Amino acid sequence: MAEDKTTDKDAKNADAPPPETRRLIHNPVYPTLMLGLFALAAAASLGYGNKATEGPIAERHAEDLRASLSQVIPDSRHDNDPSADTLRIGDHTVYRATRGGRVTGVAFETVGYGYGGAIVVLLGVDADGAILGARVLKHAETPGLGDKIEASRDDWILGFDGLSLDGTPSKDWAVKKDGGRFDQFSGATITPRAVVKAIKQGLEFFATHKGRLLAAAQTEAGT
Amino acid sequence: MSSVGFGSITREGLWTNNVVFGQLLALCPLLAVTGTATNGLGMGLASTAVMVASGLAVSLVRGAIAPDVRIPAFVLIIATLVTLVDMAMNAWLHELYKVLGLFIPLIVTNCAILGRAESFASRHDPLRSAYDGLVMGIGFTFALVALGAVREIIGSGTLFAGASLLLGERMAFLETTLIPDYKGFLLLILPPGAFIVLGFLMAGKRVIDTWLERRAEARRALAADAMEV
Repeated sequence: MAEDKTTDKDAKNADAPPPETRRLIHNPVYPTLMLGLFALAAAASLGYGNKATEGPIAERHAEDLRASLSQVIPDSRHDNDPSADTLRIGDHTVYRATRGGRVTGVAFETVGYGYGGAIVVLLGVDADGAILGARVLKHAETPGLGDKIEASRDDWILGFDGLSLDGTPSKDWAVKKDGGRFDQFSGATITPRAVVKAIKQGLEFFATHKGRLLAAAQTEAGT
Repeated sequence: MSSVGFGSITREGLWTNNVVFGQLLALCPLLAVTGTATNGLGMGLASTAVMVASGLAVSLVRGAIAPDVRIPAFVLIIATLVTLVDMAMNAWLHELYKVLGLFIPLIVTNCAILGRAESFASRHDPLRSAYDGLVMGIGFTFALVALGAVREIIGSGTLFAGASLLLGERMAFLETTLIPDYKGFLLLILPPGAFIVLGFLMAGKRVIDTWLERRAEARRALAADAMEV
């Protein structure tokens, strides 16, 4: 580059490199070496960038998780940090809210399949199996129709609060069109149907593993 | 070659050779993110940052790049820059990243950036190349915001929804609901709507260009007449 600059000034001809440079560039080994050096420089800057952003990114993700957890488990219900108190059952990561060592609620993801693929629902359930809250974390449903399942767009998802498998007969766990109790949206039935199914499956998951979900924390708290 | 004026670079980037309306490049990110004006603006700013940086970087090393492998070298530079922008946004502009995150890696596929590296930055000095990246980026941002605004107004009846996410709470006043209780016009929010609106906008540019040309011709004719007299 230094050579380039001097020619710039001296010869007033920026585009023609001096003869030595020209010969160097046309040496068949040169392109290989050059690309190698470029790749090395790229790798070095990416490594540095990764190091600089790693911490903040992990922090942001933890914040995101805490924010969504606090939407499905009210803060007043626990004195621990549910995002740090986790339990793995099968494919599910379960976040537990405890208060004075007793489990007051658990939250986990449950997945339904709608019009645009997987719909990921974060479900909060209290120790008795009643829904504390449900929020759609991720979906690819039609904007303007299916996206009413987002709490920021519609109150629909709040209609699940307080429901449980015991309190609501099995046949009611469906959209109205299918004879159940939940509204579908005009122009979108597949989406709410998938969410209802996902939430019901989530409750069934809770019922199946209830003993383990609640007891594990108690023994852990006891030790 | 190095004596291209800044005025002509500006004109080229913003209008005559606009990335979208002039060169018809970068349509993939354009169509994907312009559901709202805010998303368009965010994508435009991120792309502009990459274009300035890549113009500068490519121009700085242009003397060292062997012509035979220049394309892989450019791609390497651009991909590195995009990855850095991606990580930086994830760390420090996280709310915006959640909206645009999926599209940031798409900047790599933005052929406009490679195009400018090849046709401009590799032949001009760093200052001009960075400036070219800046105006090309602004031109691209302009196209993204225009397309996003039209689609958002007709599609959802709002303008700059979510702008405070991108620009901070101070800019929340930009968020306006133009048509209250609007049911929305789904077609324009979906990808086909982007194609349709893009078609109309390009037609609009043609109309303006034709009008400008005619006016220039009329003026020339007038000048010629005056000469004869």
